[in-house]
Amino acid sequence: MKTLSKVYIFLILAILYIPILVLMLFSFNSTNNTGVFTGFSTYWYEELFRNAETFNALKNTLVLAITSAVCSTLIGTAAALGLDRMRGKFMKNTLVSLTNIPMMNPDIVTGVSMMLLFVFVGNMLGQTEKLNFWTLLIAHITFNLPYVLLNVTPKFKQMDRHLPEAALDLGCTPLQSFLKVELPNIMPGVVTGFIMAFTLSLDDFVISYFCSGSEFQTLPILIYSMTKKEVKPDIYALSTLMIVAILTLLILSNISGEKGDVAERKWNDFRSRVRERMTRGGEQK
Amino acid sequence: MNRSVTSVPPPAKRSSSILTKAACAPHTVWTVLFIVAPLLFVCYYAFTTEDGTLTLENITALGEHTDTFILSVCMSVIATVLCLLIGYPLAYCISKCGPRTQKVLIMLLMLPMWMNLLIRTYSMMAILDDGGFLNHILSALGFGELHIVGTAPAVIFGMVYNFLPYMVMPIHSVISKLDKRYIEAASDLGCNGFRTLTRVILPLSASGIISGVTMVFVPSISTFYISQKLGGGTFDMIGDTIERQFQNPSTYNVGAAISLVMMILILISMAVMNRFSDDEGTVIV
Repeated sequence: MKTLSKVYIFLILAILYIPILVLMLFSFNSTNNTGVFTGFSTYWYEELFRNAETFNALKNTLVLAITSAVCSTLIGTAAALGLDRMRGKFMKNTLVSLTNIPMMNPDIVTGVSMMLLFVFVGNMLGQTEKLNFWTLLIAHITFNLPYVLLNVTPKFKQMDRHLPEAALDLGCTPLQSFLKVELPNIMPGVVTGFIMAFTLSLDDFVISYFCSGSEFQTLPILIYSMTKKEVKPDIYALSTLMIVAILTLLILSNISGEKGDVAERKWNDFRSRVRERMTRGGEQK
Repeated sequence: MNRSVTSVPPPAKRSSSILTKAACAPHTVWTVLFIVAPLLFVCYYAFTTEDGTLTLENITALGEHTDTFILSVCMSVIATVLCLLIGYPLAYCISKCGPRTQKVLIMLLMLPMWMNLLIRTYSMMAILDDGGFLNHILSALGFGELHIVGTAPAVIFGMVYNFLPYMVMPIHSVISKLDKRYIEAASDLGCNGFRTLTRVILPLSASGIISGVTMVFVPSISTFYISQKLGGGTFDMIGDTIERQFQNPSTYNVGAAISLVMMILILISMAVMNRFSDDEGTVIV
């Protein structure tokens, strides 16, 4: 029984990893054959780097991920502060429920709904190119916000409520009390929220696909348009590079990270989605 | 999730409520503009023609997509059931391992989730394709080639491959937290291993199963990349249909109607799923 269960675990993990390993192997193939390994070469990588589009998409992805993570962290942290002080229960619950809608809805619905808004407004303003960097940024901030709130709100709850009070008694202005007393307390939540927003934004394809125009491409969108054409190992090369980049990032953040490993972080972001779906779905009945 | 009771009563609010409101304002405005408004636009587009007159045509025109809806529901139900059948034993086997091994296994299971869905699906396709890796191995072994990409099993396999960890994680988290004394009691009272599993462990892990099922079903039914790549363009799922409608401004309205129906469909199925779970479902995950 014990060996059987070990074999089973091994088998499933092998199936999970083999496709990725094969893809990485064939990115070093010398011909564009995707079935037989004919010889080692870095031809497809060179081909990839000759293409200015790749660099452009990489730059775009990073710019978008950083700006959207910064914006959503700022808006979300402020909102978590406000929600913490808010007295009206109804207002508070409504706002939280509304914020969490993108987490509950399938990505395609979120993407489509925002695209319709952008197109409608763009039509009213008479723009020809309705979807651009700004629409993409708005979309990313929107789907990042619930994750920031989820990470920051509990930190406010855990904080000793008498600390800011004491700060005010000792002559701090509300702003000083926030910056010097509350912010250091909630900082771990803010940082986790930021990292989560950053990785979600890097990884997103579906929502970006509907909210981006032709002039601003991110890496997932570039991969999508590349895979629409014929199968060529340059996509393998690009995928391999992305996998290696992610692994490096994960290992680095695991070495430097103070608490919680990366699997846990991904698990947390997934868990918040589960929770949201379960509770919201429950309220419908 | 806001139900938790704050242990320390909030002190008399010295910081002005104006500050509170100001902190919440950007977030509130953002939520209304970019979460609520887009959903209203989906409804608006679903019930109007291209030039903006009210109509029910888009909804009635959904009749011609009935086949797509049925196909999508069937495929995602099959994928979800397969995930459960494969994932439950896996979660069970993992929970039998020592705590350190469990951590490593969970980490290995979550690692592929950090890779973009596009890359994972594409690598799957690279393996299964007609001239791909698997077929070369098969023909080298003398089995003859298999036509896989472009068939229903390929699409279902792609869904299972991509979403299996979503099923395993919540189930594992519930099983690993089970009170071991229940299992001991069951065997004391004469249950054999199998009966302990079916009569004790399975019912107690129902909440994990339900979380897992929603987490697999929602992305499965709304996917369009997996069916495009592994279905070879012959399998039209709801996601594909929606995506196609949004290629051309003249069919935005139909696309909005389909999205609306899909959203309602998912909400209903989540509400139904929740009927099966008690409140603990939301707590344990």
